[in-house]
Formats: sequence, structure tokens, C-alpha cells
Amino acid sequence: MAFDIKNPGLATTVQDQGRRGHYNVGIPQSGSMDQYSAELGNVLVGNTAQEAVLECTYLGPVLTTDTDAVIAVTGAPVEVRINGEARPQWTRLQLNAGDELSFGVIRGGTRYYIAVQGGIDVPEVLGSRSTYSLGAIGGFHGRKLEAGDQVPVGSPLNGGALPDADTVPEEFRPVFEKEQAVRIVLGLYDHRLTDEGLDNLLNGEWKVTPVADRMGLRYSGPGVSWKEREQPFGAGSDPSNIVDAGYAVGSIQIPGGTQPIILHRDAVSGGGYAMVGTVISADMDLVARAAPGTSTRFIAVSLEEALVARKELAERKKNARAALGAHS
Amino acid sequence: MATIVSPLPGIFYRKPGPGKPPFANEGDTIEVGQTLGIIEIMKQFTEIQSDVAGTLESFEVNEGDMVNPGDAIVVVREG
Repeated sequence: MAFDIKNPGLATTVQDQGRRGHYNVGIPQSGSMDQYSAELGNVLVGNTAQEAVLECTYLGPVLTTDTDAVIAVTGAPVEVRINGEARPQWTRLQLNAGDELSFGVIRGGTRYYIAVQGGIDVPEVLGSRSTYSLGAIGGFHGRKLEAGDQVPVGSPLNGGALPDADTVPEEFRPVFEKEQAVRIVLGLYDHRLTDEGLDNLLNGEWKVTPVADRMGLRYSGPGVSWKEREQPFGAGSDPSNIVDAGYAVGSIQIPGGTQPIILHRDAVSGGGYAMVGTVISADMDLVARAAPGTSTRFIAVSLEEALVARKELAERKKNARAALGAHS
Repeated sequence: MATIVSPLPGIFYRKPGPGKPPFANEGDTIEVGQTLGIIEIMKQFTEIQSDVAGTLESFEVNEGDMVNPGDAIVVVREG
């Protein structure tokens, strides 16, 4: 059982929950950028949260299936088409052998997900099916999909059991807006910013630039200034430079003090830019949904507040599963 | 009149590269599938092609402008 890729779209990759535990040797976690949307797609088709899905970026693929398949499309708003006919998102859909799946123009956000019963069945690499394109590992031959690819689909899990409901209720769907408030925990190097620099970071309006991908998102805005200091041995000459250090996923660096970059799921694991803050884990999916032009404010929260937000997100997922009557 | 819209966000360019002539100009006769410009996003260039035949009436965005999905790029007078 396979999907035949007629047109791959812009950057369609196989992703799952990610490849944990290798960041210390430079291999990022990868995985679906919008984990929440990908997971609910999996729930709709009777998968566990671990199955691999297809992540579609802006321009989706055109594909046909060689056998009957149960799918769901979640994530950014887009018209789903089966044999050219419009179908809803966030709903379980039946594909019959030979059917063609395609998409209209994305109406917001960045990425939508195709989940299929049984999951995308590529081999695991270091414990994950996620594609890390830059490192050419995982996913489908370590790369984004190309025309002519036959992407294997697994057998239904759990005896083919599906959740009782076939549609994710509106209240459990994320919003895809052009304005975001992103919560961050300050540190480790926010003390290197001037008072004005910190004020600009937390009270300025920052816009996502077109330079945004799975590695990171670059923002434009008022810029920040750094305190004067004699740069230590081993650090670059710009005040935004530090002696090389490990980067956290979600950490924010501001090279030269002009355009902040939020590192995302395919980010490099270390380097020589001061990290002024880190996006809390509960808001990483939100950042992943930010299309170019999205107006963003950074809200400083405490570690305690970040942990509460993480619990709330886990609770929301649990409630969404319960609302669907998921068995997996 | 037919409006050709961008299917994705990015930076719009009318030329295939710096110093090269534009893909198309106002008043040109346009065929179905003809490339009218390119959009750069995530270090990739996606061609914007006409889905109608006719005469290129106007460009709705300038070289180097940021566009969003669904934004009008080009207006073509059909026929």
C-alpha cells in the first residue's frame, strides 16, 4: 500500500513526534512542526500519536492511493480535494483505490498534515521516521518528496479500530491568525541586552520574515542594543556573540541585534550567538504556525508559568482525544 | 479579466535572475502555462504560471515585494 506522488508540493516531508536524544551530537529532534495538529490527525484515523504523517508546507502535494485508505487533513486551513471535489479538514475521509488527493491555496498558517490509517511506513532512523533534510536522514530517503515517489503506508493498527467521532470539534482546533503572543522564558543571556534592548524585545512588534523554515524563523522589528563589553577570548567581535555554547530548541538569538531568530525543530544544536530567551514548549506549535508577516509580541513568563502552560496543553490534547472517543 | 494569484507566501521576482530580462511584460501575449514570475520562500523558487491565454494587462505587485497566499500577482485579459 502506497501513495503515488504526482506533484510533491513545495516541501512535503514525512514527520512524526521527533528524534529525541541526539541533540548533544548535533542531530536535531525534527518531527512535525505543529505537533498538536499532527497528533489530532493521527487520532482521527485510529493511529497512536507516534505514527508518521506527511507535513505539507504552503503548497501541498497531488497524490493518488493504490488501495483504499482512511485519511484526515489537519493543521493550517486549506481546501482539501478528492478527485477535485472539496472536502472538509479535521474530519476523517475515505480514499478509494485510484483516488487523487490535492489541495487548494492555503488560507493561513504554514503547514497542514495528512494522516493516514496505519501511518507513513518508512524505516525508523535513530528511533524516528522524521525527515531531517539537512542531514539527509530519516523520512523518505532523507529528503522531501519528489514526483514519482511511492510512499509506503502501514497496515491499520489496533484491528483497524477508529475513534467514535469523525470530526475534531471546533473548540479543539488551533487558530491560525496573523497576530500572535508568544511566551518566552528569558535567559541565558538577556543580561547582555541594554534596558532599551530588553524593552524592545518584550514590548516591540516583531514580524515574521519570509526567512522562516523548519530550522528557524527570522523576525524583523525594532532591533535591540547590547551592553558594551570587551568580548571574551573565543567569542566573535559583535556584542551579540558569545563563546560557543549549546542552543536550546526554541531559543532566540539576535545576530547583530537586528533580527531575532527562533530556533525550531531542525535547528543546529550550538553556536556563538547569545540566546536572550527561549520559547516555552507549549508555544512551539504556535510559532510553527506563524506565516511570513505574522505580527508577534514576546511575553516573558516564569519557568513555573511555562510548566503550567505545558500541563494545560497536555490536558487540551487529552480532552480532544476524549471528545473524539479515541481508543488508541 | 483573469487574476493570477500566488499560491504561497514569499518574495516576488519578475526576472529569473539579476540582470536578466523579465519573464513577461505588460502587453505581452500570454499562453496557458507560461511563467510570469517567481516566488522565493525557504530558499526555493516557485514559478507563477498563467492558467489562461490572453494579453498581460498589469502586474499587481512589484519586483521584490512580499506576497501572501491568494494575493493577486498579474491580471490577464483573456482571449
